[in-house]
Amino acid sequence: MRFLRSSDAIILAILAVAMIFIGLVNPAFWQMSNLFSLLKENVVIGIMALGVLLVMISGGIDVSFTAFAVAGMYLTVRAMVALDYNGLVLPFMSAILIGGLLGLMNAGIIHRFKMIPLIVTLGTASVVRGLVLGFVGTSNVNINKMPDALVEFGKTDLFTLERANGSTYGLTAMIVIYLGLALVLHLVLKHTMIGRSVYAYGADPEAAKRVGFSTGRTMIFVYVTAGALAGFAGLLHSSMIWLANPRDFVGLELDVIAAVVLGGASIFGGRGTVLGTVLGVFILVMIQNSLILMGIDTTWQRIVVGAMLIAAVTVTALRDRRALV
Amino acid sequence: MTSAPLIELRNISKRFGGVRALDDVSLSLDGARIHCLAGENGSGKSTLIKVVSGVYQPDEGEIFIDGQKVDRLDPVTSIAHGVQVIYQDFSLFPTLSVVENLTLNTFLREGKTRIDWTRARKMAREVLARLDVSLDLDATVETLPAAGRQIVAIARAMLADARLIIMDEPTTTLTGREVERLFRIVRDLQADGIATLFVSHKMREMLEISERLTVFRNGKKVTEGPISEFDERAITRAMTGRDLHQGRFVAPNLAGRKPRLELRNVSVGDKARDINLTLMPGEIVGLSGLIGAGRKAIAQAIFGLRQDMSGEMLVDGVPVTPKSVPEAIAAGLAYVPEDRLSEGLFLTRSIRDNAIVSSMERFAPHLWLDAEKAGAETRKMFAEMAISAPGIDVPVGTLSGGNAQRVMIGRWLMTQARVLILNGPTVGVDVGSKEQIHGIIQELTRKSDLAVLMISDDLPELAANCNRVLCITEGRIMGELSGETLTEEALDSALSREIEGETA
Amino acid sequence: MNDTNSTVTRPGLRTLVKGETAQTNLMLAVVCILVLISMTALRPTMFLSSYNFESMAFFMPELGILSIAMMIAMLTGGIDLSIVGVANLAGITAGTLFAAMAGDGGSGALGLGPVTLGVIVALLVGMAAGLLNGFLISVLKITPILATLGTGQVFIGMCLVLTGGPAIVGFPPGWNAIGNGKLLGIPVPLLIFVVICIALSVLLARTSFGLRLKLIGTNPKAAVYAGVKRGQMIFYSYMLTGGLAAMAGVLLSARTNAAKSDYGASYLLQAVLIAVLGGTNPAGGRGNVLGVALALISLTLLSSGFQMMRVSNHLIDFVWGGFLIGVIALNSWRSRKGS
Repeated sequence: MRFLRSSDAIILAILAVAMIFIGLVNPAFWQMSNLFSLLKENVVIGIMALGVLLVMISGGIDVSFTAFAVAGMYLTVRAMVALDYNGLVLPFMSAILIGGLLGLMNAGIIHRFKMIPLIVTLGTASVVRGLVLGFVGTSNVNINKMPDALVEFGKTDLFTLERANGSTYGLTAMIVIYLGLALVLHLVLKHTMIGRSVYAYGADPEAAKRVGFSTGRTMIFVYVTAGALAGFAGLLHSSMIWLANPRDFVGLELDVIAAVVLGGASIFGGRGTVLGTVLGVFILVMIQNSLILMGIDTTWQRIVVGAMLIAAVTVTALRDRRALV
Repeated sequence: MTSAPLIELRNISKRFGGVRALDDVSLSLDGARIHCLAGENGSGKSTLIKVVSGVYQPDEGEIFIDGQKVDRLDPVTSIAHGVQVIYQDFSLFPTLSVVENLTLNTFLREGKTRIDWTRARKMAREVLARLDVSLDLDATVETLPAAGRQIVAIARAMLADARLIIMDEPTTTLTGREVERLFRIVRDLQADGIATLFVSHKMREMLEISERLTVFRNGKKVTEGPISEFDERAITRAMTGRDLHQGRFVAPNLAGRKPRLELRNVSVGDKARDINLTLMPGEIVGLSGLIGAGRKAIAQAIFGLRQDMSGEMLVDGVPVTPKSVPEAIAAGLAYVPEDRLSEGLFLTRSIRDNAIVSSMERFAPHLWLDAEKAGAETRKMFAEMAISAPGIDVPVGTLSGGNAQRVMIGRWLMTQARVLILNGPTVGVDVGSKEQIHGIIQELTRKSDLAVLMISDDLPELAANCNRVLCITEGRIMGELSGETLTEEALDSALSREIEGETA
Repeated sequence: MNDTNSTVTRPGLRTLVKGETAQTNLMLAVVCILVLISMTALRPTMFLSSYNFESMAFFMPELGILSIAMMIAMLTGGIDLSIVGVANLAGITAGTLFAAMAGDGGSGALGLGPVTLGVIVALLVGMAAGLLNGFLISVLKITPILATLGTGQVFIGMCLVLTGGPAIVGFPPGWNAIGNGKLLGIPVPLLIFVVICIALSVLLARTSFGLRLKLIGTNPKAAVYAGVKRGQMIFYSYMLTGGLAAMAGVLLSARTNAAKSDYGASYLLQAVLIAVLGGTNPAGGRGNVLGVALALISLTLLSSGFQMMRVSNHLIDFVWGGFLIGVIALNSWRSRKGS
């Protein structure tokens, strides 16, 4: 009963309506190959969105995660190329570590200088992108140079189906990683003290301190996790597209933030769920990718995303205003 | 008592810059007692709470808990000794559920890393049962009324194994019936061996609930004793340091004058009904009543801050229906809000900016701000209000409460307001400044033919400054006191009747 | 200062030497001079060449105007993340208009009239965009970050729809002159920038509009209680921001003789940085044009010096970001020391 009144249920309903609508306009939407490719598109944005969700629940906003993703991805891949290393575990750990350390920097600056997260993360994003492009390099690592292990890993499918013409398509196994991470984050947020401390801090930092939460530790958890997720997503992305581009993800911040807001998280903190975010990401990706199916020119994509974001925040603003009266 | 007191403070002093917030204060709190700490705003009550809860470290003095000297009392130690503070804002997490608000700090204290939701719900149910109240455990706290949030805060303190619960002005946002329920809960707590320290400036509550009373004034303990030794007059005298029935305000001869402000059958949403009110020039009319009786809603509606007013309103005989503050100002109305810091002042801006903000049209008819004229008029107001500050360019945030309030009132002097509504005119103002502000209000009223509507919880203030006081109960004017009948006792018994009426 | 008469001294003079704003400005001026000296020492012939200064004078104004626009939005405690979108939309609308007016003959024939019309249309586009932002923020009460994030996407999207993707080229010569011409030997963009700076400093420091914006930023609730028309003021401030962004768009498209949906994307961060660096409080209530101009000059000098020394362009991003964080740290340290 309670679920039906939650914002997650509303988002789910919107998603269902949108899917039915798109399917009516063009039944090709329901083809398995289309759905599989949609799910694949969800993975990287989704993992990043989990980090953004965490930051948003804590009452902040993060625009540095794409830069961290680039750092995690490009530094790791370049190191692999330079060392001629061809493994999986170590590179992913390295990407996570790079992202996490950069996140620690965010946490340190935000907590110590009590500065608005938006401004801080704008700064750190600039620093990190500048460092990567300025010191490490500006050229892509293409498929011919990409470590085989990464490429092979990105190709992993859960299962494959055959089209009528004999070509095959599959559901990427990366979706399992994404949903696994989402589940873990959900459990952490719901059932651990550190998870609840994020909500508490986002709801009222002063009250959180009075109750006895260590707010510094909460901030570190939030930003390190967000950074680590970004670093991981970055490397996963290059493994899925067989390319490491140090200029990647520019402008993606906005899409990811839009997805998280669409998923019902509040920019004022204390509100937001993993389920909502996963649904928000799916809606965003689905609509972005279905414009062609619906016969709309792709140049309209940004207008649609922007309009969706505005609509979502308008609804939230109206809801919050009603709650205040 | 033979055993050592729960908490004993000896010769505590605490300074902030040049201000002595606590001056050589000693206080002893026994277990399972209901103690009341009384004093006006700024008397040092809040500082004392923060010393006991370990938020502030005293500059001088010693603290003993259970007879043991504590060298450095920090929040964690204080909580470990069973001290729980319920602040006025309750310090709850609005977006989290009741069960979570209740149990989070217990889990935190136990050093848990995981949350056992089953146990959490059980704990929450038990503690609410002990309090004999029912709340939806899964509701988010933001959806609860103030009384419900207070219950959550008390229950949370109980779950933290409190031995002493300090409640800071716990009744300000409660209705009469809710106050009764709070008192019952406090007595139940006492039966369970939990002491309560009430911090209040409301007489009736102190007399009704507490066993022992300590009165603070200007950072010093003025008097202390069992409640039986006090009556209302004694408490007031101790709190304010002055006798009742000092000079009182007499309105000038009103014969033949036209009313400044008239309200005819005014209703404000569901907050106030059928208000009929006439304010003559040179009059100071008080509005007395409990919090939530509708006084603030009436004031805000007059000032164009609410859109749900019906009925007729006339200023100097001209019908006005202000839909916004600028319209109200243009009609000659002015409002000094209760919460000066959040609703009134621009703390980092200069006195001049704070003063001219509402009369800017005069200094900048076409965008261009005439700085000379604005400065000159501000200085005139500055002198008239006897503001003590280095100049009109200093930020208002550096002023004392009394001087800041003078800037607030001075702002409306500059709009040439004819009707001035004061909500809590001397809240947070020290005693000396208070009388001066009263003097200024009275003089302005006489001299400029202002009509003043004064909302206050401070009964002596109403008795001394108003020529009439209207008693508001549940959004209606239930009585009027004036002349000889206007005494503090009469005001007080009018309020008491209201409480009885509600609880009956 | 105990003498109340001392308050008679002109406020303009005093604020130059006292107060937080003045301290920040003084610091920025010192930074400018230090950068100038060190760059001169390192690369005297190149850095001090008139060519170098002239090229700065052409490209600095766009960013400067965007930074002032950002500062205006921040004064009321808001932010405008759509300024670059607005700038490009203004340039592209003007370009589309020129193409339509010129027909097959090419835009070379378009004279002063059409160019003036183009500028007016561009500015109107900017103000309309600001109107939309103002509506979302003051009527629908959407947080400025999210509202302008969304409208920014919409504006960039509209650019894409108008252009179909590639850049619009072929602006008339008169338009070109706005971005590349000189008047009395002074680059036109610089002239425009100086005029805007002076106009806005006066607007902010000497008019009721400026004071009201700062008061709203200082305490929005108290502003309403004091009779400031908050909604209306916020509307105006975002329209002003939008108009300024459009002006920057005019300069950008006039200088490069082209307009594209993703031009100047890096300007957004830089505008925020310069505004904050120039002493603007992102929480509202404080900000001044002089500080923003000084921050702009010091960062431009720094960038240009780095370019001279053949340091990678990307390291300049690094330095800018580092600068921003350094300033945050310094401000925090200073306010802690003060309290």
